[in-house]
Amino acid sequence: MAQNDINKIKDHAELFQQPEYQELFQAKKEFECGHESEEVTQMADWTKTWEYREKNFARQALTVNPAKACQPLGAILAAVGFEGTLPFVHGSQGCVAYFRSHFTRHFKEPFSAVSSSMTEDAAVFGGMKNLIEGLAVSYNLYKPKMIAVCTTCMAEVIGDDLQAFIRTSKEEGAVPEEFPVPYAHTPSFVGSHILGYDNMMKGILSNLTAGKKKETTNGKINFIPGFETYIGNLREIKRIANVMGIEYTLLADNSEYLDSPNNGTYNMYPGGTKLEDAADSINAEATIALQAYATTKTREYIEHEWHQKTYVNRPVGIRGTDEFLMKLSALTGKPIPQELEDERGRAVDALTDSQAWLHGKRVAMYGDPDLVIGLTQFLLEVGAEPVHILVSNSNEHFEAELRALLDSSPFGQGATIHGGRDLWHMRSLLFTEPVDLLIGNSYGKYLWRDTKTPFVRIGYPIFDRHHLHRYATYGYQGTINLLNWIVNTLLDELDRNTIIPSKTDISYDLIR
Amino acid sequence: MTPPESATLSKPTPVEEKKELIQEALEAYPEKSRKKREKHLNVYEEGKSDCGVKSNIKSIPGTMTTRGCAYAGSKGVVWGPIKDMVHISHGPVGCGYYSWSGRRNYYIGTTGIDSFGTMQFTSDFQERDIVFGGDKKLAKLIDEIEELFPLNRGISIQSECPIGLIGDDIEAVAKKKSKETGKTVVPVRCEGFRGVSQSLGHHIANDTIRDWVFPKADKAKKEGTLGFEPGPYDVAIIGDYNIGGDAWSSRILLEEIGLRVVAQWSGDGTLHEMMLTPSVKLNLVHCYRSMNYISRHMEEAYGIPWLEYNFFGPTKIAASLREIAAKFDETIQAKAEEVIAKYEAQTKAVLEKYRSRLEGKTVALMVGGLRPRHVVPAFEDLGMKLIGTGYEFGHNDDYKRTTHYVENGTLIYDDVSAYEFEHFVKALKPDLIASGIKEKYVFQKMALPFRQMHSWDYSGPYHGYDGFAIFARDMDLALNSPTWSLIGAPWKKSE
Repeated sequence: MAQNDINKIKDHAELFQQPEYQELFQAKKEFECGHESEEVTQMADWTKTWEYREKNFARQALTVNPAKACQPLGAILAAVGFEGTLPFVHGSQGCVAYFRSHFTRHFKEPFSAVSSSMTEDAAVFGGMKNLIEGLAVSYNLYKPKMIAVCTTCMAEVIGDDLQAFIRTSKEEGAVPEEFPVPYAHTPSFVGSHILGYDNMMKGILSNLTAGKKKETTNGKINFIPGFETYIGNLREIKRIANVMGIEYTLLADNSEYLDSPNNGTYNMYPGGTKLEDAADSINAEATIALQAYATTKTREYIEHEWHQKTYVNRPVGIRGTDEFLMKLSALTGKPIPQELEDERGRAVDALTDSQAWLHGKRVAMYGDPDLVIGLTQFLLEVGAEPVHILVSNSNEHFEAELRALLDSSPFGQGATIHGGRDLWHMRSLLFTEPVDLLIGNSYGKYLWRDTKTPFVRIGYPIFDRHHLHRYATYGYQGTINLLNWIVNTLLDELDRNTIIPSKTDISYDLIR
Repeated sequence: MTPPESATLSKPTPVEEKKELIQEALEAYPEKSRKKREKHLNVYEEGKSDCGVKSNIKSIPGTMTTRGCAYAGSKGVVWGPIKDMVHISHGPVGCGYYSWSGRRNYYIGTTGIDSFGTMQFTSDFQERDIVFGGDKKLAKLIDEIEELFPLNRGISIQSECPIGLIGDDIEAVAKKKSKETGKTVVPVRCEGFRGVSQSLGHHIANDTIRDWVFPKADKAKKEGTLGFEPGPYDVAIIGDYNIGGDAWSSRILLEEIGLRVVAQWSGDGTLHEMMLTPSVKLNLVHCYRSMNYISRHMEEAYGIPWLEYNFFGPTKIAASLREIAAKFDETIQAKAEEVIAKYEAQTKAVLEKYRSRLEGKTVALMVGGLRPRHVVPAFEDLGMKLIGTGYEFGHNDDYKRTTHYVENGTLIYDDVSAYEFEHFVKALKPDLIASGIKEKYVFQKMALPFRQMHSWDYSGPYHGYDGFAIFARDMDLALNSPTWSLIGAPWKKSE
């Protein structure tokens, strides 16, 4: 019997390897009408060829395993960075169940969001009634300080007008007149989750800052993280600002929300940027966005409406962090303290210690545009060579920026940018032009299985490894984390490949 | 002398206490919404034929419901796990992305070559597709699938919200492409705004099997091309999604008692297995909620009886095996007894090890469509007691069936909102919450042990005797983890 040892109960990982289950799988084939194993092997081999790659890249209509999600996901991530804020998605309710599950699986934290639960009747008559009742119910039940409304594709296709609906909701007393209900239109058939983040950030800031412009600045720097899923990065930015003695406003700070302490009581709205601080962000000295392509519209809005200077700085790797600190110093007049310079020295020390294992290593990667640029910066610094860079939610500006970055280094010359492509394209790339390392989110594990390319999980979502999102990838300390994940993956793989006694274990070295 | 009855009634009964609790939870709602929600919360009273709650009604806008949508019911549950077909998430990128590999419907096959379960195929609608319609794109996309994934056995088109709203004719595309390729192409109108939960998606998906798969099966049977010789002991497993391998740890028992399982719907299932099903002698339905429609259809159209069974926990497994065997001859019945006896030692060992650690612990459940009742006896086998239960998307008949599983005074909550669930849990203080991923960390922050009852918290299988051992182990590790005792700083506790 399969569970023959009560002290070692076998779950799926072992149970189905037992002979009785193996027999069952064999017997089941009789009814499956599957293909002969020879045919499957032949087909699998064909998918590894250049011929297949060409057919694969000729695809025009089909997307397979994309590396992007849709707008509202980003919108609600932006919303939960503000104090007491409940994200409200106007449209059919299934979307919200998906968003909540997706974030919860990644962060292993609660994620609260509501919807207006639109059904067939709303498809015909519009969703205004749903929005009015929804605002009243969520305001009463969940006692938020702000409700941030965005849309699903359903609401967009039927053309619901959020501005008018919210006005009517307030007139009908669903929420008090002064209660902030910022909104953003976030159709899923435009852009991706990073555009949703941008739209909602702009929506919230324009709502909260309306009429708050003063004659003088508040002396602060605004930071906008973008679609940031590393909680450690938010903490690192705050730490750096504190070490430098800089007054700042983080727009917005979801680090407590997505990593709250377990002390035995559940708080629905932990942490978050205070609404009055967010309102006062219009009076800051300047705004630094830590991602460009998740903040494009927000920065345009800040420049035009607030008449405030904005900058993009990605504090990734040594040079990225250097530039970030120097920008901060230039904007505030504060010197870069010795503490940070020492950290820099340690990070550089770590890089030089490990460089031999990274130099000339060929790397494939995929992810959101800003993530990919940050990683490319880092890889070029350590002498690794980006080869395949794939971004599903690409655009022209991004590709030009990335190309310029690659051109600036001898290690970037061999790289190809694959904008608008998906992970099935990546599979062809990895088979036809193999690399030493693949970097991407958890979905890359299927590529790791098929192509055996050593794989480092960096990005969003990461479902199948624990706690990576708690670390920083920004700053000098984040540089050491990136280095750690990458170099130790290569060393793990080297050990795995040299583990057979008296056959491959010649190079199974103790000291590396 | 016995005291007069009124004297013993001074203390409120469990039913009254819980009814008060419900009233408290409702207080926060605006009046109109409160009246609607009131009908969905109740306390089971012994002897009643129903749990006394309304169900399968639209969620109230603005409540935090755990419900999904029709697309989730069709693509995520019924069609998605058919492993040798390509399931197109037709519309914008999101729905397919979020439902990608989310449900752990285990299968055996070479992914991307002859199996497609853990992949996401989408038409990734852009604005121009909304404006001009997506039918041409869909047709082209199917051609591309045929070119790049030629070993697929068929295709399903899973409609996302915009498809129905912009009036695309996916049926026409399906017919045309099916004719061209000779394969089954199934258009499914499972747009997310249809119905009130994923439940309608199950129904719609069932109907498309009836309309787009069975006619082909009938034709093949008539022409003798089905390639299958029916036998006297042929059965199909319907509505077991093979989460963590559940259908396999069930199938092994059915085969051991001498039945021939010719189809598994839909974890590790194939299109051909579906085609064989109208030829079986008995349909064995595990998840009644998602598959009763097609089972009823087969009963009407083909005269195949169906039986709802429960393979959670040794008590129900034995009862179900006997019930199933009773539909066949004495050989099968004798073998069923043999199998029950065979696993007795294994079950005894599991109970000896785990029952003492779990005895008397209380559980609050809230899951999807069958587990709010089906897992109750498995908890009882371990000596655990259910104090509340409810469905995300159950119907009236589910709540009728639940009466067999619950005791007097059990709190019943239909489509419970996050607000209500937290309120109930804070008052009832169950030792274990068994619900889904969206609830997991809320309750863990309250220092309450939790197990996911959708995904088995990445463990499983939980079905069958082999699964019960894992279930027992998992409940023990959840409840008796020393990490719970670390919550709260000691200097705070002493204050």
